[in-house]
Amino acid sequence: MATVKLRDIRKSYGNVDVIKGVDIEIADGEFVVFVGPSGCGKSTLLRMIAGLEDVTSGTLEIDGVRVNDLEPSKRGIAMVFQSYAIFPHMTVRENVAFGLTINKASKAEKEEAVAKAARILQMEHLLDRRPSELSGGQRQRVAIGRAIVRDPKVFLFDEPLSNLDAALRMDMRMEIGKLHQDLGASMIYVTHDQVEAMTLADKIVVLKDGMVMQAGAPMDLYHEPANIFVAGFLGAPSMNFLDVTVHAVNDETVTISNASLDQIDVPHKGRTFTAGQTATLGLRPQYLHPAMGGAGKLHGTVILSERLGSETVIDLALADGSKIIAALAEDSILTPGAATNFDFDPNQAHIFPETR
Amino acid sequence: MASKLTTSNRAGWAFALPGFGLLAMFIVVPFFFAFFLSLTNQRLISPNPTEFVGLDNYRNLLGIRVLSIEPEVNAAGEIVRDETGAPEYPRVRTFTRNNPDYPQYAGMREWFRWHSGDTAKVVVARDVVFWKSLRNTLMFVLVVAPVQGALALGLALLINQRLRAINIYRAIYFMPVVVSIVVVSLLWRFLYAEEGLLNSILHGLSFGMFEGRDWLGDPDTALGAIKAMSIWQAVGFHMVIWLSGLQTISPTLYEASAIEGASKWQTFRYVTWPGLRNTAVLVLIVITMQAFALFAQIDVMTNGGPLDSTTTVVFQAVERGYGKQDISGGAAISVILFLLVLTISLIQRYLTREK
Repeated sequence: MATVKLRDIRKSYGNVDVIKGVDIEIADGEFVVFVGPSGCGKSTLLRMIAGLEDVTSGTLEIDGVRVNDLEPSKRGIAMVFQSYAIFPHMTVRENVAFGLTINKASKAEKEEAVAKAARILQMEHLLDRRPSELSGGQRQRVAIGRAIVRDPKVFLFDEPLSNLDAALRMDMRMEIGKLHQDLGASMIYVTHDQVEAMTLADKIVVLKDGMVMQAGAPMDLYHEPANIFVAGFLGAPSMNFLDVTVHAVNDETVTISNASLDQIDVPHKGRTFTAGQTATLGLRPQYLHPAMGGAGKLHGTVILSERLGSETVIDLALADGSKIIAALAEDSILTPGAATNFDFDPNQAHIFPETR
Repeated sequence: MASKLTTSNRAGWAFALPGFGLLAMFIVVPFFFAFFLSLTNQRLISPNPTEFVGLDNYRNLLGIRVLSIEPEVNAAGEIVRDETGAPEYPRVRTFTRNNPDYPQYAGMREWFRWHSGDTAKVVVARDVVFWKSLRNTLMFVLVVAPVQGALALGLALLINQRLRAINIYRAIYFMPVVVSIVVVSLLWRFLYAEEGLLNSILHGLSFGMFEGRDWLGDPDTALGAIKAMSIWQAVGFHMVIWLSGLQTISPTLYEASAIEGASKWQTFRYVTWPGLRNTAVLVLIVITMQAFALFAQIDVMTNGGPLDSTTTVVFQAVERGYGKQDISGGAAISVILFLLVLTISLIQRYLTREK
């Protein structure tokens, strides 16, 4: 168990900067998830922590020691790969004990370590099988077992669930969460799946183009996104954005409107606006609801209504031609083509000075 | 009854016909023809009608026995010895020529002998040259298959690195493969000549201690020289096969073993080598078959000599079938070679099977 510190970490391939100065602090025993779209550099960052990629500049510390130039095996890390990376010609037992075999551990030592890992992962019955006889989930379990046997200070996961089918992914997600509780080790987990990020993380680091967009607890990021990117990245269906005009800047709020939105005051949360500028209003689909009998604030036409039972997803066309989505919590019937008015709580809306 | 395939797809069959025809004419028919010929006394050009002779050709080729000869004894019952004290033996031909007491040795010649006490054990064969060719071929395979395979793997590991201009090295190692074996053999004949490059290099390196020798003219070195040259010539081909095997191994396996702290040797042992299993089987079988087919180098460089020290099974098949016009004898040698290679390949397959 250990802390991990990244200070102004950069990575370039020739003239191409991939990681552009990342600062992250990971506390002892913390579960940190790097999340972001493809190509944002999250895997590269993880591989730099693992030692599989060189650090171009900056300082990488594990447990207070600078490890920039240390061999991967000397960093006290264990890594679980997306493709499992288990050795096809070895049995599960040999795979799990691989690190000990490399270090020429005694047979008894190996047996004990394998038994312990197998118990934690509930795979005692798989130990004598070969990887070709295992399902995807079982293979990933073997890879995690191999990581556990290393007894690392930090566990690194590189999209470990991406190759699994949806149902299995949920099971394994819960198991990884439980593993973190049981072992209490620091874990860094890379994913592009926001559900994994939201459910597993103590801290989420949202990355884009090699830069940290925002880092914090999942609910902080969800409720208080620092910018449009984070606001749009977390939450499903993703947040609606409307281009609005700022009419007045008040103490706590700004007054905004557009062609399909009546004038409304939204808290600006300390962001600076000037009257007359164009800004972006963010509305989560879940916080929109039809204005029952009232005039409502947002006016549009229903294009499509998808009824899922537990919720209803409505596609709305607004007067200015843009489309937004509303997710209604109950099974409600809205006829396509009907002009509908929607309402929302201004305190649950987000106003960003930048445009998309 | 005509199946749909044969009736409705005439164009397809028409397109396939030239290929099938050539394959049949030059591979399938000759293959069965060789079996048939090996059971007859057919000669290449002969006015006599072909006769079926059963397995006579095989008997003539493979007939081999061990003859125990007691030393000569004088009237007093003592062993007759020469000046050096070695016992004297009756000549082998007294047993093998016109000796009605030993019909089983009739017509055989001595191949080699060893001594057990004062008794001489003489290996006699109906066709000593064939047996020598068999031994030479096996010795060639036994050395070339492992050495060429291992060297090729070594080269493949070297050129599998990401280095600048690595393609130049790949091209250099592969070049001998694209050059005709006849050209290569001619060039190496010059290298091995008494006034050749090899001797002058060795002379220079040993500060004149090395006198130089006729590599291909000496029965002790001729086959070795051909082995070395053959290994060099085809190593690039097998290097490419190894390389393709190396590139099928997932890079994440190497990363995983790096994280576990595996040394270079451990990485090779636990990741690379197991990943090359199928490639290894392929390379081993291909090299073995190619080595058994050794012919061109012999034909160009030594013609089987000196003293039959470099003659090989294929060389004998050609020599006999066309040189001596004994086409049935040559066919029998081909069939024996076929069975030999088939057996060895099956054994290799069995030994390297997936457990």
